[in-house]
Amino acid sequence: MAWEPRLVVIACHWCTYAGADLAGSLRYSYPPTVHIVRVPCSGRVEPEFIAEALRRGADGVFIGGCHFGDCHYKEGNYKAIRRFKLLKRALTDLGVDPDRVQLEWISGSEGKKFAEAMTAFDAKIRELGPNPMKGGANV
Amino acid sequence: MSKPKLAYYLAGGCGGCDIAVVDISEMLVDVALAVDIVFWAPTVADAKYKDLEAMPDGSIDVGLISGNIRNSEHEHIAHVMRSKCKVLIAFGICATNGGIKGLVNLHTTEQLLDKAYVNTFSTDNPNKELPQTSCVVDGKYELTLPSLMYARPLDQVVKVDYYIGGCPPHYEHVKKAFTALLSGQLPPPGSWITMGKAVCEVCDRNPVLKGKPKKFATTVKRTIDGAPSEDGCLLEEGYLCLGPVTQGDCGSKCPAANIPCRGCGGPIPGVKDFSLRAISAIASMLDNEELVDQIPGPVHLFYRYTLPSSFPYKRLKS
Repeated sequence: MAWEPRLVVIACHWCTYAGADLAGSLRYSYPPTVHIVRVPCSGRVEPEFIAEALRRGADGVFIGGCHFGDCHYKEGNYKAIRRFKLLKRALTDLGVDPDRVQLEWISGSEGKKFAEAMTAFDAKIRELGPNPMKGGANV
Repeated sequence: MSKPKLAYYLAGGCGGCDIAVVDISEMLVDVALAVDIVFWAPTVADAKYKDLEAMPDGSIDVGLISGNIRNSEHEHIAHVMRSKCKVLIAFGICATNGGIKGLVNLHTTEQLLDKAYVNTFSTDNPNKELPQTSCVVDGKYELTLPSLMYARPLDQVVKVDYYIGGCPPHYEHVKKAFTALLSGQLPPPGSWITMGKAVCEVCDRNPVLKGKPKKFATTVKRTIDGAPSEDGCLLEEGYLCLGPVTQGDCGSKCPAANIPCRGCGGPIPGVKDFSLRAISAIASMLDNEELVDQIPGPVHLFYRYTLPSSFPYKRLKS
């Protein structure tokens, strides 16, 4: 069987998860390779979550949160982007392809944007190929 | 009752942890009288590997290993120590998390050998001779050297019962650890021997302990940029200090001497991946996201002592 990517999408409950819901209600289609995990806030996403998904064989990890100023907890998404940017810098320096992890702000009304972002992410990961880090990176 | 037997092995380490044991000064006399040191290689006792290998399995009560596992010899003796010792302790940050020498994983063995033996300004090696794992001298004596491997913490090679962090562990902490060992008051196997508090909780610079709020860092500075204030939090002033996620058994000695914590104490309880948690802690204490780009060399800061034990563990093919 041909390789199919496995994408982990960590979505904030108030915006991106609602956006995913709306994408379904509006009958927008997006790839079935996406596995959504709901978290209360993008500020809840520890770098460990992303690493654990990659270590266990996810081919890509996508974090979705609210737009700036829109966070239900006021500043969770500001913390999320700082952590995400710093993690991405470190992982890039360690040889992980930076495109394997993505962060996007998708609000509850952006069902179309969610579907488009998932389609684009799936295409990007298909281009990158399978994750070499399963079970920890091999040299 | 016979004395408990102690074995100590220095693997890929610098010997600093051995010195930390000697640094317990007067207590060393009590410890030396209370235990029977059966093996301490290569630094203190005159015991050979074959002596250790000849001992019956499980005959040693406590084994300490300092240093990471860097070559085939370390790996072999780690396995021997595991089978001979009832309790095996990873002693010091190299054994627990890979240590500063774990940063070798950023390079390939070929790159390292090239740097060390060929491609340095002061090196005179026109034939590009490199150390070999075996060579024959005078046509009849075969000499061997262990082969290099990627650096690994001890628990990636054998099962470890207890962990003690520090580069090296502070002597007060070593005293407490020995007291706990000799009195049998140990935590559940698999845990760190630590008081469980972060460096910040014992740091005199911590504003929270003085009843003041903790502020975000508005700049990012290196230690060479100016000097920190007398008693202000280093992190607030922009000197990136890993105190919030590091065990404070050292008594916060570095921040007291104007040096930000670099995380040699190991992760505070509940943290599995030190580097990633440090990234998380430091990033959320920055005032804005532009500051993230100003951090020089995030790998060398956050992975300084923990590269082999933190995701992605080894360097990927570039």
